[in-house]
Amino acid sequence: MSDLRRALGYLRLYWRGTLGAFVSLLFVTAASLLVPQALAYIVDRGISAQDSRALVVGCLVLLALAAVRDLFTFVQTYLIERAGQGVAFSLRNALFRRLSALSFSYHDRAQTGQLMTRVTSDVDTARQFIAGGLLQLVNAVLLLIGSAAILLATSWSLALLTLLMIPAIGLVFFSFFRTVGPRFRAVAQKLGGLNTVLQENLAGVRVVKAFAREPYESQRFRASNDDLLGENLAVVRGTARTFPLIFFIANLGTLGVIWLGGAQVVGGTLSIGDLVAFNTYLSFLLMPIFILGGTLASIAQADASARRIFEVLDAPQEVADQPGSATLPRVQGRVAFEQVSFAYSGSERASIDQVSFVAEPGQTLAILGRTGAGKSTIINMIPRFYDVTGGRVLIDGHDVRDVTLASLRGQIGIVLQETNLFSGPIRDNIAYGRPGATQAEVEAAAQAAQAHAFITAMPQGYDTVVGERGVGLSGGQRQRVAIARALLVDPSILIMDDSTSAVDSNTEYQIQQALAGLRKGRTTFIIAQRMSTVRAADRILVMEEGRLIAQGTHTELTINCGPYCELIAALAGEPAAVAA
Amino acid sequence: MTITAELPAPAAKPPSVLVRLVPYLAPYRVRLLGTLALVTLSAAAQAGAPALIGYAIDTNITASDLDGLARTMLLLLGLYIVGMLATGGQVFLMGIVGQRFLSDLRMLVFDRVQSLPLSYFDRSKAGDLMSRLVNDIQQINQVISQGLVQVVGNLFALVGIIIAMFLLSVPLALASLVVVPVMILATVLIARRSRTAFQRTRETIGDVSAQLQEDLAGVRVSQAYNRGEDSARNFAAQNAANRDANVQAAAVSAAFTPAIGLLSSVATVIVAGLGGWLTFNGDMPVGTVVAFFIYVQQFFRPIQIISSLYNQLQAAAAGAERIFDLLDEPDAEADEPDAYVLPPVQGLVAFEGVSFGYQGARGGLQLEGVDLLAEPGQTIALVGPTGAGKSTLVNLIPRFYDVTLGRVTLDGHDVRAVTRPSLRSQIGIVLQESFLFAGTIAENLRYGRLEASDAELEAAATAVGAHGFIAELPDGYATKLGERGGGLSQGQRQLLTIARALLANPRILILDEATSNVDSATEALIQQAFERLLAGRTSFVIAHRLSTIQGADQVLVIDDGRIAERGTHAELLALGGLYAELYRRQFREE
Repeated sequence: MSDLRRALGYLRLYWRGTLGAFVSLLFVTAASLLVPQALAYIVDRGISAQDSRALVVGCLVLLALAAVRDLFTFVQTYLIERAGQGVAFSLRNALFRRLSALSFSYHDRAQTGQLMTRVTSDVDTARQFIAGGLLQLVNAVLLLIGSAAILLATSWSLALLTLLMIPAIGLVFFSFFRTVGPRFRAVAQKLGGLNTVLQENLAGVRVVKAFAREPYESQRFRASNDDLLGENLAVVRGTARTFPLIFFIANLGTLGVIWLGGAQVVGGTLSIGDLVAFNTYLSFLLMPIFILGGTLASIAQADASARRIFEVLDAPQEVADQPGSATLPRVQGRVAFEQVSFAYSGSERASIDQVSFVAEPGQTLAILGRTGAGKSTIINMIPRFYDVTGGRVLIDGHDVRDVTLASLRGQIGIVLQETNLFSGPIRDNIAYGRPGATQAEVEAAAQAAQAHAFITAMPQGYDTVVGERGVGLSGGQRQRVAIARALLVDPSILIMDDSTSAVDSNTEYQIQQALAGLRKGRTTFIIAQRMSTVRAADRILVMEEGRLIAQGTHTELTINCGPYCELIAALAGEPAAVAA
Repeated sequence: MTITAELPAPAAKPPSVLVRLVPYLAPYRVRLLGTLALVTLSAAAQAGAPALIGYAIDTNITASDLDGLARTMLLLLGLYIVGMLATGGQVFLMGIVGQRFLSDLRMLVFDRVQSLPLSYFDRSKAGDLMSRLVNDIQQINQVISQGLVQVVGNLFALVGIIIAMFLLSVPLALASLVVVPVMILATVLIARRSRTAFQRTRETIGDVSAQLQEDLAGVRVSQAYNRGEDSARNFAAQNAANRDANVQAAAVSAAFTPAIGLLSSVATVIVAGLGGWLTFNGDMPVGTVVAFFIYVQQFFRPIQIISSLYNQLQAAAAGAERIFDLLDEPDAEADEPDAYVLPPVQGLVAFEGVSFGYQGARGGLQLEGVDLLAEPGQTIALVGPTGAGKSTLVNLIPRFYDVTLGRVTLDGHDVRAVTRPSLRSQIGIVLQESFLFAGTIAENLRYGRLEASDAELEAAATAVGAHGFIAELPDGYATKLGERGGGLSQGQRQLLTIARALLANPRILILDEATSNVDSATEALIQQAFERLLAGRTSFVIAHRLSTIQGADQVLVIDDGRIAERGTHAELLALGGLYAELYRRQFREE
């Protein structure tokens, strides 16, 4: 429950509204408890006593009480709902900030769908308890105590009789939760199983169809479906047995009151009005039991949601500014790896192992190797997307861990393997790293990336909205926008991961030409798929299974052509090569 | 007394779609009739109780008749027992019908999905389908398992109460009902205002989700460019809009419960006033007034419950509509009425002037005028740029898609003239993504031939070099694989899919030979396994390895939906065309 308590703590941010809601609740409870008294007054002093003035007074009091009750019900519901929405707002913002700050290693492990669920539905589940559950609990307890007290004051013998029904109902509830509770969990489990079959079937639809196994899949689904049906029917049986019984017990309370109370009226110790009021209080006793049952059941759910929320909020930010880290001054672009090793968390194998090299300012380095050889890992170390597990990475002599992330990354332009564009105009996407750039600067970057032509060919030009809800760009177009985005920040260090793989050879040639000019004065790292790129590099790093097995120029490497030539021959068979 | 009522928030869809669900309830006719009878009985019991209490007060208590009171109370007890049994029976029967109906519906929808053509899955995202099957049926489930019982029960109770009230006293009954038009008016007014408010909340939460999804997808870019602060600000703005919309909706919906509560108090006062006046004149005993107090209280509960279920009803209607969209999809997978079973083939595959364009695609034809002949046992390598039409071409052989023009034949049989199972069972397909199902390794291997013996299983695994690692697993062939074959390396998974295809022993093989992230030793294993698989079968290989292309009987260079060049590797090199250029650029650059 500690997570839920912690989530409830967010109500402190909205303490005025919360306090208001709880104060309103007191008015609501008081007025609700007094209404039956007014009703008793009407029956005894008004109707039975044939006193029209008392009848009118009673009616007016009843109306006034109802008005107070309903007004404050409104205020209470509104205030607590507003506070709950406030808490959800704060939690979502906190989650978002945390998620955008969490390191690459976190996002490597996390699934977007799950993170989405936490920010949306988990927050909502927690909010429902925060906004309603707590208040309902207090409400139930107040009503229970209040009505019991009034019942006892009116007639202790009748009160004891009716209070007997509370443990009886509690017992039925308890046995319901004990026997049917596990069934509820089983239903959730079977439903999960059914969904797995379904998800697999949809994901593997090509395999299913390829083997013409539709009947077998139907059979598999039917088995899961029947399992689920069985559990559901068990729940139905439990429900059908329990709830009518609870209402029956409550009705027995009414019966007891009328019978015993009737006898007391005959004996002159109780008025008819009291008898009527008594009956109303009975329903007040019943409701808190239902509220308690419902709310207690939802606590576990809300707590689980809160736990998932705080899991994200408490996730350690593995890469963060060190206390007292300095701003990295404008660099020349000398990048040095000294005995750098790195292993992804949870992996036994080092992705790169004691890699050392130096890139002088203005040099272009091509990194070559098979898939999984550690090429991407090397370039991820430079902007400190991950922290080294051994050795160090220096830029102009500064360890990247000693400077602020903002000043480090601000001097590096990156084109990643997956080109993510954001919903919005193309202009904003190109200016993503430098939102203040002028239109001329944006166009210059686009021209350099061979993107200007296709952008201006679109009806809206640079205002064309792209991304999820906008115009779809082809893979090659997206890549060029991403390259323009990298160029616009005028980085001292440029990193390109496979970044021209999705364009045709003609465009690629043009991009290469443009980049050749742009690389001047920048240290450039390219994960290359094409021999032309590799040959043009000042230095080639040949990677194999995380180790740097050779480095040098193309000419140097071909002289003593061992692993380098083997690799080139092997790479020639890779899919990207044929696809181009 | 605070009964929380959910405000009806009318959504876009009229519940009339739900009517289409009715025919599916036909098998449960008898049980539904039984439910109806029990509902009536329990409603009558519920309506009768206050009348008995009123009678007890007027006739027994006022007359100090304790024996009479005991008799009335025993009658009341009987009534309560009848009510309990009737309610229990009704909940039970209705629950069974509801759950069985849902189970039927799930099965129906699943079978429907199985029979949909592959082109349907190209058009719709798996996530969409999944949510349709799960969420939409769940929505209907809620209405059926909770809602229906409650709506029907409360509706009957309402009718019972109204009848009882009129039987007891016409003037008081009319007086109690005076507030009903006001209540309807209030509900309509509040509902109208809430409609826009709730629509805003749905739109704004959609914006929040979209923004979140995009930022999560682009979190690496945002960190690379130091834009975390800005995206957080943007998100906070969307988030605030959603909060404000929710608060506004809360302001409207928070008025609903108190409004109904106040009106029910007004009704109580009207009953008290009129009832009091009637008793003063001696026209009515006190007990009747008391009974009316109870009726008024009982009267407003069903109304609140029914209106609160309106929301669920709307959601279910929207769900039902989406499900019917699916059920109404044309069934392109049905075999032609005169389709015959394809006899075992030799493996002669012919494309005769085949053209194909995806349904509704803008880009014109994916394949145009393709002619080819694969002799039994030949290996055909397909080369060409991504998107040139290689996959489309091979998909026409197992009839995943139907040709737009021309025809595809197997041993002279047009693929459209034979039944799908007989066609597909003779074609083996190894896809780029090695997809395995959750289940044991043995189950996965048998997927293509359920009746294969253990010996055959092992033989196939041994042939592709998978037996070694399988035998090393603690449970061997009985090892359970996680979702999508988790627990095995990618290379191992690929070996299993190759063994699966080998075990099915097809005459014709379709292979997408993309290399995956495997080390060189595994890579060599996989290549050997492929060679093993290809031997003696007519094979179409989307080739990525030079060795495959060199070993092929025919190399087809596909470019822009056409066969640009064809011949053996040597012939094509000598031709000096597209293939030669491709080869020179990619394979011989060093």
